[in-house]
Amino acid sequence: MTNVLVLPLLVPLLTAVVLIFFRESLVIQRLLSVLAAAGSAAAGIYLLLRVQSEGIVRLDFGGWEPPYGILFVGDSFALLLVSAASVVTALILIFAFSTIGERFEKMYVYPLMLFLLAGVNGSFLTGDIFNLFVCFEVMLLASYALLVLGGRKVQLQEAFTYVTINVLASWFFLLGIAYLYGAAGTLNMAHLAVRVADSGHDPILTVISLIFLIVFSLKAGLLLYFWLPGSYSAPPAAVAALFGALLTKVGIYAMIRLFTLVFTGAPGLTGSIIAVMAGLTLIGGSIGALSSRDIRQIISYNVVIAVGFILVGLAAGNEAALSGSIYYVLHDMVVKAMLFLAGGLMITLTGKTKIGEMSGLLRNYPALGWLFFAAMLSLTGIPPFSGFIGKVLLGEGLIGAEMYVLLTLAFASSLFVLYSLLRIFLNCFMGESIIGPEEQTPLRKRTLLPVAILGVLTLAIGIGADWLAPFVNDAAAGLADPNVYIEAVLGSGGTADR
Amino acid sequence: METIITVLVGVLVMVAVYLLLSRNFLRIILGSAILSHAIHLLLLAMGGLKEGNAPLISEEGSVYSDALPQALILTAIVISFAVTAFLLVLAYRIYRDTGADNLDSMRRDFDD
Amino acid sequence: MKINDVILQTVTKIVVFIILTFGVELFISGHHDPGGGFSGGLVLASALLLLYMTYDIETVHKGIPFDFKKIAGLGVFLAIAGSMVPMLFNEMFLTQKKGEFQLPIFGATELSMELLFEAGVALTVVGVVVTILLTISEDVN
Repeated sequence: MTNVLVLPLLVPLLTAVVLIFFRESLVIQRLLSVLAAAGSAAAGIYLLLRVQSEGIVRLDFGGWEPPYGILFVGDSFALLLVSAASVVTALILIFAFSTIGERFEKMYVYPLMLFLLAGVNGSFLTGDIFNLFVCFEVMLLASYALLVLGGRKVQLQEAFTYVTINVLASWFFLLGIAYLYGAAGTLNMAHLAVRVADSGHDPILTVISLIFLIVFSLKAGLLLYFWLPGSYSAPPAAVAALFGALLTKVGIYAMIRLFTLVFTGAPGLTGSIIAVMAGLTLIGGSIGALSSRDIRQIISYNVVIAVGFILVGLAAGNEAALSGSIYYVLHDMVVKAMLFLAGGLMITLTGKTKIGEMSGLLRNYPALGWLFFAAMLSLTGIPPFSGFIGKVLLGEGLIGAEMYVLLTLAFASSLFVLYSLLRIFLNCFMGESIIGPEEQTPLRKRTLLPVAILGVLTLAIGIGADWLAPFVNDAAAGLADPNVYIEAVLGSGGTADR
Repeated sequence: METIITVLVGVLVMVAVYLLLSRNFLRIILGSAILSHAIHLLLLAMGGLKEGNAPLISEEGSVYSDALPQALILTAIVISFAVTAFLLVLAYRIYRDTGADNLDSMRRDFDD
Repeated sequence: MKINDVILQTVTKIVVFIILTFGVELFISGHHDPGGGFSGGLVLASALLLLYMTYDIETVHKGIPFDFKKIAGLGVFLAIAGSMVPMLFNEMFLTQKKGEFQLPIFGATELSMELLFEAGVALTVVGVVVTILLTISEDVN
């Protein structure tokens, strides 16, 4: 049965609800929440292996056949992201156990994190554009609550901007859906793809696609990233890591899915708009990362650079570039979580946030320092870490598409990533130690463990790229040829019968 | 009928944009709520306002109106309700903690 | 100055029951006719709100000593768990089954799996609406 397909959504959702009743029992809260994330990861990996042997799986809710019912579709692209998101969430949860504090734990922080995971997984798996909207909202509502949790002044103020921007983007999303329903008369993504192709890519549909482009740019932080650095640096480290690792990726996923499956008709127009936006994002993110002095701000601007980098692949649109993007999304989920956790630890250990205010941490916490160093190398794209393979493939794709300006920008941005993070490393870890051995806050092993596992993961993705290759290639092939997806949803007759 | 609804949507969007561009928290929240309702109406108009029976089993008739936009709107209303409520609580908390009721005074407080 | 709310209190005592009955009626008629868990739940919540407005929070809380967050949680749990039942019988998620049952008083009644889902929705709506309004109003005092 394909019912497994709904588990990455249901398991976190159900566990989150059950946890509401166990507010006082921290042991149960911790155990169940990490089990739920692990279970969702297991379901994702199991399905990923199944997709390899039997092709795209789908689940029609209540047996209503597409295009009439709503459904979940699991292809390699979606399932890779589901697995990565669940694994990263599980590790962030383990990190939260020892750092977030009992006050937060009793304020439903674990249920909220699981609600967020459920929304993220649902967005990846759904095959219906309205359900995408609903899952986005589940994810966003959880993120709103997580952002204000604790109720510090900065959090509340940042939250107001963040919520208003996201609510507006959501209403525009709904506006796009309304127009799309009026123009195409369906909301099933595969069916939409058929209808849009049938209409001969009516210009009105291109206009509608631009509404979606704006919406997902806001959510992913493509060019419209002004809200991102502030709101990602307000909450505690574990929550910020969850945001940095997952939230923008959902916007990226939606954009890639929609522009490779449905709106394929005007690649010249949307492709060049995305290319310009991605290029500007790379420039803006780099400037931001260089100009800030707050560790969390620098890391948040690195999120922006990564968004630009991944979507450069979508702008190029060929298979090599897309598989580069997919590698890079997976890599970025792991490394951004690692970077946010390491940065958060630095801030909690020293009580300072600016890079000029701390130094010599390497003497006090060598393990943390080298993990940060590894994350930096990985993000820059130095082999054997995971960033390398994505960058190489993306470079190949860009050369194939003859987009040399973007190629230059993308690889120049790596240098800025390196410089901005090296600045943190040199200022904070090198030099005279500001903390004497007796006043040093001990760093417990179980706090550092999840960061170390993330480090191992980024190394494993880099070294085991061969092992990951069949899945990524399958995903990229599916994106390059939308007919595979359409046939899996509507059946082989679907394309003929329209 | 669709034309009238579309004009109404335009008016609502106009009101919403005006409210959203102000700096007062309450106006921004009201603007977002009005914008959401404008889009719900648009969704209804996009489904086509045809004459027909209600799409219910107990109704007899050969022509049924499209039920999907209504289902979509119901879901969207729930979401808009939740988000508006959250924003109201958030604005109230900010007001209580910082005394700021608009973006200007919040920023000033933030810069200190 | 104390506000004279004798009329409001007296009317509330009667009207609350009418609203509650209407809420249940909406909820039950939901399968084939207009209504259902969401609208039924909202009406039920509005009855509770009238109570909270007329009497103060403490008084109502003595009569209805529930944590409404938990009621919302229970609702979501019912809705999800109910939709997962078909998965145990190797049916697709959210598959609906219905049947005729002989119930006392009501006689032959058609019951459907959806009832469980709708009950969950209704409880969620009641829980969430009351929680939101209590959160806003609680710290005014």
